[in-house]
Amino acid sequence: MGRLSALVARDLRLALRQGSDAAAALMFFVLCVVLFPFGVGPEPNILARIAPGVLLVAALLASLLSMDRLFQADHEDGSLELLALSPVPLEVAALAKVLAHWLVTGLPLILSAPLLAVLLNMPAAGFGVLVGTLCLATPLLSLIGAVGAALTLGARRGGALLPLLVLPLYVPALIFAAGGIDAGLAGLSPRPHLLLLGGLLAGALPLAPLAVAAALRASLE
Amino acid sequence: MTLFTGSDLTCLRGERVVFAGLDFALPAGGCLVLTGPNGSGKSSLLRIMAGLLKPFSGTLAWTGVPLADDPDAHRSRLHYVGHLDAVKPAFTVLETLSFWTGLRDPAEARRRALGALARLGVAHLAEVPGRYLSAGQKRRANLARLLASPAPLWLLDEPTVALDRAAVALLEREIAAHRAAGGAVALSTHMDMRLGETAGLDLADFAPEAPGEEE
Repeated sequence: MGRLSALVARDLRLALRQGSDAAAALMFFVLCVVLFPFGVGPEPNILARIAPGVLLVAALLASLLSMDRLFQADHEDGSLELLALSPVPLEVAALAKVLAHWLVTGLPLILSAPLLAVLLNMPAAGFGVLVGTLCLATPLLSLIGAVGAALTLGARRGGALLPLLVLPLYVPALIFAAGGIDAGLAGLSPRPHLLLLGGLLAGALPLAPLAVAAALRASLE
Repeated sequence: MTLFTGSDLTCLRGERVVFAGLDFALPAGGCLVLTGPNGSGKSSLLRIMAGLLKPFSGTLAWTGVPLADDPDAHRSRLHYVGHLDAVKPAFTVLETLSFWTGLRDPAEARRRALGALARLGVAHLAEVPGRYLSAGQKRRANLARLLASPAPLWLLDEPTVALDRAAVALLEREIAAHRAAGGAVALSTHMDMRLGETAGLDLADFAPEAPGEEE
């Protein structure tokens, strides 16, 4: 546990010193959402209707934006070899890196989502469900994305390959998240959608680090 | 006492056999010097010893116990220094070193890291961010990992690259101290290092008979 937190703290400090990755993901999210009223037109009813989908797709793309850097810097400077050789299991190290990625990119998205929802004229009644859904969906996106990032590590043009590999896998998360918010807005219970989303997260939490560690080991051979 | 042995190792990179039928034995206090032309598999053998690479065939054993039985234990008893120095540009030398030291043993990681830097003559770099280091300074900072947390097996892949004479002498002294304490070292080098009594392993002896013609 102490080692997990040491790994998370290291990645957080690196992210804060470099700063750009976290800020880029958040700015991308904000700009992406802001573009929609310009494209779709300022009709409040239409914006309110598409708000959940726009917020979710923008969050998904923003989370993907910094994903290809997740292991790349450590791979290039040799830190990944040392992580693989440290007494800490590589699965734990992978989980720590995903957790740090979520704290740096996912958490700011969750916090800024209600503000952007106001911009899209989403009814305030849905804000609670929106935040709750994102709390389940963004860690799921980080976990699935990390598997893609580890698989494309070292591949030429891995940055272009990653979205092709990962975006189809994001579809279930997107469906249940959007369903949950829509249900909340329609006055129905979002519970079944959130439970399914939670189930996906509960599955990905132990499985994704295993897959990431296996892919990282293969990339080091 | 023989600590670390490998028997009948074959290494395959891509479709090419790099070496075949290789045996080695590394006793406590021993030093195995790997030599051979470029591409003869020195780095591959060290990576196999570290467990980063799986041998195509053959087995490795630590005090007679096959590594495959307990790969986790093997990682905690070795230090590996490869071609890359793992110095983070955004971290100071001390931060990088204390992190790696702390992953092995969190107790007093910072103090032990400072002591290790001093022993390699780079204590003055402790608070300097990695991005300002020269290649030789990075290598010294990386080698300090060996001293900051003790481990019985050192695997050094051309450790003298970018080091000046004074640093090579320091490294030779630390290797001697490590061996005197019962540790084992396997290293590859193209340089004449004064290492006392060593065992040599010429990788060229284990190259396949006719390169490119084997099936």
